[in-house]
Amino acid sequence: MLNTVGRLLGCLLATAGASAFSAQATADEVQRWGVNMPQGVTPVSREIYGLHMDIFWWCVAIGVVVFGVMFYTMIVHRKANGAKAANFHESTALEILWTLVPFAILIVMAIPATKTLLNIYDTKEADMDILITGYQWKWKYEYMGDDVSFFSNLSTSRDEIEGRAPKGPNYLLEVDEPLVIPVKKKVRFLITAADVIHAWWVPDLAVKKDAIPGFMNESWAYVEEPGVYRGQCAELCGKDHGFMPIVVEALPQADYDAWIANKKQEAEKLKALTEKTFEFDELYALGETRYATSCAACHGSAGEGGVGPAIKGSAIATGAMAGHLDIVVNGSSTNPMMAAFGAQLSEVDIAAVVTFQRNAYGNNMGDSVQPIDVLKFKQQAQ
Amino acid sequence: MAHGPAKGISRWLFTTNHKDIGTMYLWFSFAMFLLGGVFALVIRAELFEPGMQIVEPEFFNQMTTMHGLVMVFGAVMPAFVGLANWMVPMMIGAPDMALPRMNNWSFWILPFAFAMLASTLLMEGGAPNFGWTFYAPLSTTYAPPSVTFFIFAVHIMGASSIMGAINIVATILNMRAPGMTLMKMPLFVWTWLITAYLLIAVMPVLAGVVTMMLMDIHFGTSFFDAAGGGDPVLFQHVFWFFGHPEVYIMILPAFGVVSAIIPTFARKPLFGYASMVYATASIAFLSFIVWAHHMFTVGMPVAGELFFMYATMLIAVPTGVKVFNWVTTMFKGSMTFETPMLFSVAFVILFTIGGFSGLMLAIAPADFQYHDTYFVVAHFHYVLVPGAIFSITAGVYYWLPKWCGRMYNETMGKTHFWMAFLGLNLTFFPMHFVGLAGMPRRIPDYALQFADFNMIASIGAFLFGAAQIMFLFNVIATIRAGKPATDEVWEEPDGLEWTVPSPAPYHTFAVPPEVK
Amino acid sequence: MNQSSRHRSTHRLTLKLTGVVVGMFVFAVWIMPPLYDVFCEVTGLNGKTGDQYQAVEVRVDRSRTVTVQFLAVNNEGMPWSFEPELSSVEVHPGEEMEIRYLASNPTTADMVGQAIPSVVPFKAAEYFHKTECFCFNQQPLPGGKSAELPLRFIVDQDIPAQVKTITLSYTLFDVTDRVSLASVN
Repeated sequence: MLNTVGRLLGCLLATAGASAFSAQATADEVQRWGVNMPQGVTPVSREIYGLHMDIFWWCVAIGVVVFGVMFYTMIVHRKANGAKAANFHESTALEILWTLVPFAILIVMAIPATKTLLNIYDTKEADMDILITGYQWKWKYEYMGDDVSFFSNLSTSRDEIEGRAPKGPNYLLEVDEPLVIPVKKKVRFLITAADVIHAWWVPDLAVKKDAIPGFMNESWAYVEEPGVYRGQCAELCGKDHGFMPIVVEALPQADYDAWIANKKQEAEKLKALTEKTFEFDELYALGETRYATSCAACHGSAGEGGVGPAIKGSAIATGAMAGHLDIVVNGSSTNPMMAAFGAQLSEVDIAAVVTFQRNAYGNNMGDSVQPIDVLKFKQQAQ
Repeated sequence: MAHGPAKGISRWLFTTNHKDIGTMYLWFSFAMFLLGGVFALVIRAELFEPGMQIVEPEFFNQMTTMHGLVMVFGAVMPAFVGLANWMVPMMIGAPDMALPRMNNWSFWILPFAFAMLASTLLMEGGAPNFGWTFYAPLSTTYAPPSVTFFIFAVHIMGASSIMGAINIVATILNMRAPGMTLMKMPLFVWTWLITAYLLIAVMPVLAGVVTMMLMDIHFGTSFFDAAGGGDPVLFQHVFWFFGHPEVYIMILPAFGVVSAIIPTFARKPLFGYASMVYATASIAFLSFIVWAHHMFTVGMPVAGELFFMYATMLIAVPTGVKVFNWVTTMFKGSMTFETPMLFSVAFVILFTIGGFSGLMLAIAPADFQYHDTYFVVAHFHYVLVPGAIFSITAGVYYWLPKWCGRMYNETMGKTHFWMAFLGLNLTFFPMHFVGLAGMPRRIPDYALQFADFNMIASIGAFLFGAAQIMFLFNVIATIRAGKPATDEVWEEPDGLEWTVPSPAPYHTFAVPPEVK
Repeated sequence: MNQSSRHRSTHRLTLKLTGVVVGMFVFAVWIMPPLYDVFCEVTGLNGKTGDQYQAVEVRVDRSRTVTVQFLAVNNEGMPWSFEPELSSVEVHPGEEMEIRYLASNPTTADMVGQAIPSVVPFKAAEYFHKTECFCFNQQPLPGGKSAELPLRFIVDQDIPAQVKTITLSYTLFDVTDRVSLASVN
C-alpha cells in the first residue's frame, strides 16, 4: 500500500516537474523558491525586514529549546526503554518562571516594534501626493498638483492566463501604465476605493493600506533606489482580485521630471485626438485592444458574456447609439457591476470600444462613432 | 430509565441521549470535513500551476468562501460539540446533559442549515463568494442573491451553538457528581466550560452583524454603507469582535483533549492542573481585547495599533504556559506512542509552530507585509489543522473504543497519522514561504515565482485528503470488526469515563458515582 | 443537590444565559454602531468629521497657516462630474474660509447625490469644523444641470503645530434610489 502511494507520488512529482518548467518563460528572470520577505528599497521596508528577522530568530530559539526538550524526552523517557514514570505534577516556582521569562522576552520584542510603528506613522511633510483609487479591477492614479491621471490595468494577456501562450516573466505583475515616482522624495499616497474594499500593497516599499469606499487612508514611501517594484491588491474585492497588480517605477528626479512633462503633453495630444476624425478600421482596431483590457473580463474574450451579458447579439450593442453610449459612459443605473467608463476611458477609447462592439462578433451594425461625438454626449449636460 | 434505544430512524430523529447526539454530531462533522475538504482540493487543483485551468475566478471565490464556512461552522465546531456531548456527562458522573430535548434540537437544525448553505452553489449568481469573513460592501451591495440564504444559515448555526453552549454550562455547573468540585474536573470539562461562555458571549454578536447586513441589503439601512452615513470598517470591528473569540472557541477544547491524552500515554498526571485552568481562562479573557489585530492595515490611529499589538503579544504568555505544562507532563514519564499520543504530540509541536507565526503576525509593523498573504493562511492552518483537527482525531482514536467497545487497528492508525502529518506539512509549510515572498490570499492564479511551492502544497493537500479516507476506513473497520476493548482500554487512565464498560451503556451514571 | 432543586437551578441558569445571549445581540446591533460613531467623532478616528459646527469664539491665529487640500472621488457608477474649484487653500487656524465644489449631471435623468467627507491625517479630523457643507444634505440635480456646492469651514485654533496639511476628500455616491427610503443618518 505504501508502495502504491510512493509510486503515485513519484508520478505526480515527475509530471509536476515537467510542467513547472514548461510553464515558465525564462527561468532565470523569475526569482524561484523565494522563502523570505524582501528587504525592500525604503528605510521603512528595511526596518520592517529587520524586525521580522529578529522576531523570527527569537521564535527559532524558543522552538529549539522547547522542541529540544520534547525530542529528548520522547527518546529517553519511553516505556520501551524501561523508563519508570515519575509522579511530580505541579510546581508554582516553575509556573512563575515560565510566565515571567516569556513576558520579559515579549517586552524586548515590543520595544523596537513600537519604534518602527511610530516611525511609519510619522507625518512630516511629504514632497508630493498621489491619489490612488481602487476599482474593480484596476487602480487609478492621480498626481495631485500636476493634473495627470490615468488608470492602470493588468496587461498580461488572456492567452497567457488561459494557457494559449507561454507566460512572460512578469506574468500577472505587469500593467499598461505603471505608477511613476521620483526616488529620494517622500511620496504620500492617499488611498481610497470607488466600489468595494481593496488594498494597495507593494512589498519592496512595505506599503500596504486598505482602500475603503467613502474613506481616505494615507501612507508614504521614500524610495532610495531606482527600479521597478511590483505588488498586488491585498483585499478580496470580487472575481478579479488576483488580476489587478501594481507596478511602481522609481526614477531619478531628472527622468521623473521628463516623464511627467511627457504625460502632460500626452493629455494635450489626447485632447487633439478627440477632435480628429478616425477611419472605421482605426476605430475597430483600437477598440479591439481596449475591449480586451477593459471589457473582456466580464463580457468574454469572444463577446460571449460571462459575469456580464454577451456583446454578441446584445440588444444594446445592436440598438440605438445613444443607449449604447449611455451605458458605457454612465454605467448601469440598476446593476452596480457595470461601471461608468466615462470616467475611466478617454473619448477616443470609448469611441473605439463602442464602434468595435457594434461591429464585432457578428453584430455588423455598420455604424461607428467619433471621439468628438462621445465628448459632445458627455457634455450635453454642461 | 433503564430501557435501551428505540429502533430505526426514529431513534436518531427523536433521541435525547447524549451519546446518540454526540455520535450524530461527530458523523455530521466528519461529512462536513470531507465536503470542506473537497472544496479545498478544488482550490489546490486550480493552484497546482500558474494559469487558469480548472475553474473560473468567480467560482474559485465561492470555493474559498465555502471551504472556510464549512470547515469552521460545519466541521470543527460540531466535532468539538460531539466530543463534549459524549464525554462531558461521563467525565462528571452525570446521567446526561442538563437539557436533553434542546440538545436534540441543537443538532438537528445543523443538517438543515448546511443543506441550505450547500444549495447556494446551485443558485443563480452562485454561492457566497466574499470570503468566510464576508466584509461589507462586497457582501452587501455587491453580493450575489444567495447572500440572504447565507445569512439565514449563519443564524441557524449560531442558534445551534448557543443552545449547545447553554446546555454545556448548565450541565457542568449543575450536574456534577457529589465530590466532583470544579478543581477536580478533567481539563477537557474546564476547557469546554470556558468555551461555552465564549460562545454565549460572541455568537449573538455574529447574529447581530449578519442581521445588520440583512438590513443593509434588504431594508435600506446603512450600517456599513458610506453613502448612507455608515462605515465598512464598522463591519470589521463587529465581525472580529466575534471572530477572534471564535478562533479560541475552536482551540480551547483541543487543549482539553490533548490534556486528557498526554497524561495517559506518559503514565504521569497532567503537570500544573491549576495553572492550566488559569491559563485557559486568561486566554479566553484576552481573546476579547485583541480583535483589531485582524485590521492592522485598515487605517487605525497609532494608539489603537499599539494597544492591539501589545494585547495580542500577551496571549503568547498563557499559551506558552500550557505548552510548557504539556512538555513537563511528558518529561520523566514512561511514554508509549499509540495513535492518540502521536496525534497529541504532533499537536503540541505543530500548534506551537502556528503560535510562532501568530506572534510574528502580532507585530503590527511587520504585519503590514504579512496581512492578507499566504503567511496568514499558513498560520491559521497550522493552528487549525494540526491544532484543532489533530486534537479531534486524537480524541476519536482515544475514546472510540469506549464508544463502540472495539479497538481500532494500531498499524492503520499510525499509517493515517504519518500520511496526515506528511500531507499537512507539505501543504502548509511552503505557504509561509510564498506568503513572505509576496503572494496574496484568495487569488485563483499567481505570478511565476510562487509556482514551485504552490505545486508542492497542492500535492500535500491531496495526500492529506487521502489520509482522511484512511481515517474513515479505520473508524468503520473498528466499529464493525475491531477486537473487543477492555473497560479501561488504556493503561490506568484517569477519569470516570474509564470506570464504565466498553461500549458505554446507553445510560451511564443513572446513580451518581462517589468522587473522592 | 436533589433532582428538583437541580431542575430549578438549571431553569434559572438557562434563563440567565439566554438573557446574556439577548443582551449581546442587543449590544451588537444597537450599542456597538453608535458607540463606534461616537468614538470616531471624539477621536477623529477614520477621518470622520463632525456635523454642523457652531463657531463659538473666533480667535484667528495669524502666526501660522495650514494648507487644506481638496479632493473629489466619484463612487463607481456615479457619472456626475465633480471637482473642487480650488485644489488647495492656505488658512489661518480660526479663520473661516469658503470654497465651492462644482457638480454636473451629464445624464438625461434626474439624480440625487450624496457626498461623504473624509479627512487625513486622522488626528486633524477633530480640528476641522464645517459650518456649512453640501455634505450635510443629499444633493438633487436634474438631468443636464450643474450646481455650485458651498463648503464653509474653520480649522480649529488649537490644532497641533505639527499638522501643516489637512487633506479633505469627498466621495460622491449616487443615492437616487434611496431617496424614497429612510433619510441619511
